[in-house]
Amino acid sequence: MSVTVQLGEKAHCRFGDKGDTGLFIVIPYDPQDFDALVAGVTAERVSQYLGQLAADQVSCRPCPELGALVVVVRGSLRGGVTASLALDAHGKTRSGYLLGMSVSWNDG
Amino acid sequence: MRLGAGAGFAGDRIDPAVELVAKGSLDVLVFEVLAERTIALAQRRRRSGSGTGFDGRLTERIDAVLPAAIRQQTRIITNGGAADPQGAGIAIRDVARQVGLPHCRVAVVTGDDVLQRLDLEACTVLETGEALAAYRERLVSANAYLGITPLLAALHTEPNVIIAGRTTDAALFLAPLVHAFGWAKDDWDLLARGSVVGHLLECAGQLTGGYFADGVRKHVPNLAQLGFPYADVWADGSAVVSKLPEAGGRVDRATCLEQLLYEVEDPARYLTPDVVVDVRSVRLEEVGPDAVQVSGAVGQPAPDTLKVSLGIDGGYIGTGAISYAGPGCLARAQLAADIVQQRWARVYGRDPSALQMDLIGLTSCTPWRGLHAPEMPEPPEVRLRAAVRAFDRRIAVDLAREIESLYTNGPAGGGGVETSVRDTIAVISTLVPRELVDPQVEVLE
Repeated sequence: MSVTVQLGEKAHCRFGDKGDTGLFIVIPYDPQDFDALVAGVTAERVSQYLGQLAADQVSCRPCPELGALVVVVRGSLRGGVTASLALDAHGKTRSGYLLGMSVSWNDG
Repeated sequence: MRLGAGAGFAGDRIDPAVELVAKGSLDVLVFEVLAERTIALAQRRRRSGSGTGFDGRLTERIDAVLPAAIRQQTRIITNGGAADPQGAGIAIRDVARQVGLPHCRVAVVTGDDVLQRLDLEACTVLETGEALAAYRERLVSANAYLGITPLLAALHTEPNVIIAGRTTDAALFLAPLVHAFGWAKDDWDLLARGSVVGHLLECAGQLTGGYFADGVRKHVPNLAQLGFPYADVWADGSAVVSKLPEAGGRVDRATCLEQLLYEVEDPARYLTPDVVVDVRSVRLEEVGPDAVQVSGAVGQPAPDTLKVSLGIDGGYIGTGAISYAGPGCLARAQLAADIVQQRWARVYGRDPSALQMDLIGLTSCTPWRGLHAPEMPEPPEVRLRAAVRAFDRRIAVDLAREIESLYTNGPAGGGGVETSVRDTIAVISTLVPRELVDPQVEVLE
């Protein structure tokens, strides 16, 4: 059965930046939730949540052996930490922001 | 072989390294203190004669640990040489003499600076696809990411301290492992395992629960005394990462997994100058309290090219911020933003869309939402921040003054203005053939 949850109820997240690319690492608290995480945190959902990015800016890279999902968001940091005028030029606060995303969650 | 992390960035704390050296029985302590912009900023300082070309806190860090490190035969390795590894080496030798350690051997690695060797027409900027020549006038620094090779040459001189400039962070940890265990430079799996250990340790407190704790669900004990991590590494490349039992923090599968994938764009191919690592194959197992065994990384041959990080003049950034409180504060902050944008066009004849406008507390971390998003709640207070970038310093100053002028000319109840104007460095990168880079090692005694 599928329910709608706030991502932060099910997973934790770290954000890193490489140039103008943002990298989210999303890890389910319960390793059994890995498939539900991958099904719920889609490129389409993330691009919508981060301000209607183009679909090809976001790609999801599941790491099943590790039990983690890497979400790569290109061209999303206004040129990157050294070029951006944003207050949080690294984008570091986005890990917290992503955890507020509502996702459809397959509850077993 | 026991490796410790003494700093994860230029602004890092000093006391955790002191504690780790005193109680950790380390073979090697690494200070990783170079961010992307650090070398260009140091280069600029050095050129303008306004400071040293190496990390400003390097001597303070080394001074804090050197006597204990030498007493216990803990070798110190750092990339804090930044734009002037030689100058840093001399400064460290002077520190050693001052604290009564005249026999301290300092090895200096140079040759990462390739500014004079680059063919600007032939190099392509990775971020934009342009020829590097387009940035000729703005170029401040160009430094290749060195791998383990020059660090191994430095280790052969059996120094107490190794000072380098731009190297990969992981190489600072991998080199002493290759040196100690005699790993072949084409044994890709062993190099991958050592690189993973370095990658885990390089951000110091980020492995032990820093950048992890949330105060609610992800509990980290005693975060105010967060300990830095160390790793015990064996000849087969497996390792156990841990922290001192008395230090604050937490090392478990969750903290290690967040750091393992940190800043890794493609987990199947994590590129370093020494090896391409498949991070997905790593196994993390909790083997004791605050102890995680790391094993299983798989490597592929190193790439033919080296990455070069280029610092370019980024112009000036001018900022100004002003706060509003109470009922209607959001409307007043929005009105203030409109005023600044209108005046930017009418009084200065400039494009207001070049201004970055944020409402701190509402949109500053999610700038794509804009200042007038319909779903914004009324907060008890809000702070308008404006920023602009310009090569003409006066333009940056104009914006700062416009925000300040809102005190008497803007919406009601604006207070707490702060402004700044600073010159900046932007960073771009390119790839060069390995042959272009010719690192050297010098020993200071």
